[in-house]
Amino acid sequence: MTVLDVRTWTVVCRFDLLLPERGVAALVGDSQVAIFRGFAGEVYALGNRDPFSDAYVLSRGIVGSRGTVPTVASPMHKQVFSLVTGECLDEPGIAVPVYDVRVRDGDVEVAGP
Amino acid sequence: MSTQQRRLVVVGNGMVGQRLVEAVRQRDPQRRWRITVLGEEPRPAYDRVALTSYLTGATEAELGLVPDGCYDGDSSLVVGEAVTGIDRSARLVTTTAGRVVPYDALVLATGSKPFVPPVPGADLDGCFVYRTIDDLDAIRERAASVTSGVVVGGGLLGLEAANALLALGLSTGVVEFAPRLMPAQVDQGGGEVLRRKVEALGLTARLDTATERIAVAGSGLRLSFADGSALDTGMVVFSAGIRPRDELARSAGLAVGERGGIVVDEACRTSDPAIWAIGECALAGGRVYGLVAPGYDMAEVVADRLLGGDAAFAEADTSTKLKLLGVDVASFGDAHATTPDALEVVYADPVGGVYKKLVVTDDASTLLGGVLVGDASAYAALRTMVGRPLADTPEQLLLAGPSTSDLGDDAQVCSCQNVSAGAVRAAIHDEGCADVAAVKACTRAGTVCGSCVPLLKTLLTQSGVEADPALCEHFSMGRAELFDIVRVTGLRTFSEIIARHGSGRGCDICKPVVASILASLGSGHVLDGEQAALQDTNDHFLANIQRNGTYSVVPRVPGGELTAEGLIAIGEVARDFGLYSKITGGQRIDLLGARVEQLPAIWKRLVDAGFESGHAYGKALRTVKSCVGSTWCRYGVQDSTSLAIMLELRYRGLRAPHKIKAGVSGCARECAEARSKDVGIIASENGWNLYVGGNGGFRPRHAELFASDLSDAQLVALVDRFLMFYVRTADRLQRTAAWIEALTEEHGDGLAYLHRVLVEDELGLCADLEAAMDRHAGSYTDEWAAVLDDEEKLGRFVSFVNAPDAPDPSIRFETERGQIRPVVAGPTLEVVRR
Repeated sequence: MTVLDVRTWTVVCRFDLLLPERGVAALVGDSQVAIFRGFAGEVYALGNRDPFSDAYVLSRGIVGSRGTVPTVASPMHKQVFSLVTGECLDEPGIAVPVYDVRVRDGDVEVAGP
Repeated sequence: MSTQQRRLVVVGNGMVGQRLVEAVRQRDPQRRWRITVLGEEPRPAYDRVALTSYLTGATEAELGLVPDGCYDGDSSLVVGEAVTGIDRSARLVTTTAGRVVPYDALVLATGSKPFVPPVPGADLDGCFVYRTIDDLDAIRERAASVTSGVVVGGGLLGLEAANALLALGLSTGVVEFAPRLMPAQVDQGGGEVLRRKVEALGLTARLDTATERIAVAGSGLRLSFADGSALDTGMVVFSAGIRPRDELARSAGLAVGERGGIVVDEACRTSDPAIWAIGECALAGGRVYGLVAPGYDMAEVVADRLLGGDAAFAEADTSTKLKLLGVDVASFGDAHATTPDALEVVYADPVGGVYKKLVVTDDASTLLGGVLVGDASAYAALRTMVGRPLADTPEQLLLAGPSTSDLGDDAQVCSCQNVSAGAVRAAIHDEGCADVAAVKACTRAGTVCGSCVPLLKTLLTQSGVEADPALCEHFSMGRAELFDIVRVTGLRTFSEIIARHGSGRGCDICKPVVASILASLGSGHVLDGEQAALQDTNDHFLANIQRNGTYSVVPRVPGGELTAEGLIAIGEVARDFGLYSKITGGQRIDLLGARVEQLPAIWKRLVDAGFESGHAYGKALRTVKSCVGSTWCRYGVQDSTSLAIMLELRYRGLRAPHKIKAGVSGCARECAEARSKDVGIIASENGWNLYVGGNGGFRPRHAELFASDLSDAQLVALVDRFLMFYVRTADRLQRTAAWIEALTEEHGDGLAYLHRVLVEDELGLCADLEAAMDRHAGSYTDEWAAVLDDEEKLGRFVSFVNAPDAPDPSIRFETERGQIRPVVAGPTLEVVRR
């Protein structure tokens, strides 16, 4: 069976523009998305809103790891989120949205909702 | 009573001789023995095992081993006098000063001397040995005028000496005759990992190399080797083993071994029943022990015998552990697998630089010994298991490490002082010892070689009382140790640093720490290359994040002095960008409400008007606050404003463990509130008084007087030293006040310690600290202007990567008292913290 991917992919920037282990913010439709490049070149996308401060700042957090999980720490009050699942690792039960993201022909693309 | 006292004379006041005195005193409350100690060195016993620390920070006093009150009416210590002869029939010894001392019992604790290979030129100026504080003083003096050094001997002591030369800033090489480093302790596989590790630290190792002669070459020395090659160097340190000091015994006709050493029996008695020998001068069971632990055992045996006991010295544990700037090497028990049918289980990771070998009985049921290189964290626990049945397989022990929770109370934790796990636990639970220092003081564990200190920490942690010094899950060391590693190794990227000295990919704790260390060491712009990803958002955007995700901008206003034009320019920027403005406590102006994409345009205007970054966003020097001083004030006695401007321009941009604030007051009325600053300066009639360690904030503290009546130049030199020493040694987010408190815990009176280090130059660091600050001041550039000149960095200052100028729609303001204020949008998430 073939499942057609009917989602809209939005090109947000060239992959080369992303610094390793740093994030950028992008507008995808009306949504603010934080896009991160991992150390090995992997790309992650989370909602940019920090649920603790209500400010749209997660893209400006420090990227790192906790155990084997790649993470970003909110620049506001340092709560740590998984880049893979969006879950807050410091406050169980709190999470930010995760967006599908891919690199095609050197372009970073985020899937619309 | 004194007529019945017998006379004990001890020749030598090294670690073992001193231990004997304490052991006798402990066992002899009736004072049956009257003790005279004759020491050749000009100072009382000190910790020779920790000798290297004398070059890296420890003071002579800290190394001292003689407790207060140790010598009293019934015992005396004479230093600086060597014994020249023993008259065995009359039972008298004679000293270099002509003193004649009678004895009933004589203990020789004359120790050993370094072995200097008989090569021509070994006695030239610039050749040293590594044994005494005097040796180290001489080495330090020479090291100040040369750039390189070579250690002849790659054994344990040789690597210690090499470490010391490295710490003195010399390019350092080691020459070893054997095919591997530390040949007595480790096997070939471990030696190879060790070589790679020490070479990564900047040492060069020549193995399989015999030195044939040393000659003067230019202003330095040239070593010529058996293979025809040569090596030029500034100095040579011989550390090729030791030889027992048995000449006194020889001339007295006592039996000595064929290859040296005073022959003793199991009671440590020599061939004359009235004379004993202990420590490195003794040949016990056919062996000379070059370690302190067997020497201590011998001292205890002799003390026991002198008081009628029948203790005997058995073959000693020669386990050793050495830590060379992060490289651990340990060997214990039967490290070379000489037990018949012994099995060796080896784990080797050449890339990670780890080599571990366990030697077990042929049925793998009992641990016999082992070698650990690169990771010796399991050493203390493994050593306690030697000779005991193993609960785990050797493979499990190697990979997972031993568990310390099931460490039996009778397991020996400290072999130097023979302290059991039970004794440590008793000290923690019954005596209330809450940290390593207290456990050391109470049990003496960890006070000699220190290798069991990690185990003491583990036992404390298991008792729930010890805080882990690790920075975070990625680095097991604290900031000061990491600073030293980065400074000495020259590693300048986070990836290299974490690959070699940490694990994982870092976090919001260790990355800013490394960023700060790199910045303190002058590694270019804070947003250059990989450094950009290490910065907290404030340093990343060179501005201070506010609650709604906007930033504030603070231009530097040195000393709080501002021209009318400057004031107008700032006002125009605030007006044109619609920013909220407020006067700060540090005599500057804060402009709030700037969006990320506005920052470069705001800086451009400020830079064009002659301003630069005020580093309000950095863990760095903030401001030097001042009053108007003698220029205007009718009470002022010095020009505080000019001094404040000069200091602020010298230290601007200095990254530190935490923010640094300073203040200068022009008279004792103290209008600049300098004593609430990390560095406070108050004018006196004769110059400046310097106060250090003040802060406001959560726990206000007044700065304390550090030096008085200083000239401008003296003041700058002292502040240079103080700040640079703080930058190098303080913990993460530790203000100067907390740092000084921590120094007090470690060294007694923290301020007095700082005075010894920074004024009296007890550690010989002052010139280096001043030079480092000169380099900082000379390489300063404005971080804002540098971004404005760099298209690539400018490209990061956008709201959205795909809509660079679109303002973040979530940022909204309302008006209050004629200025903007953030609107906190919608209902906020409630976070319940437990």
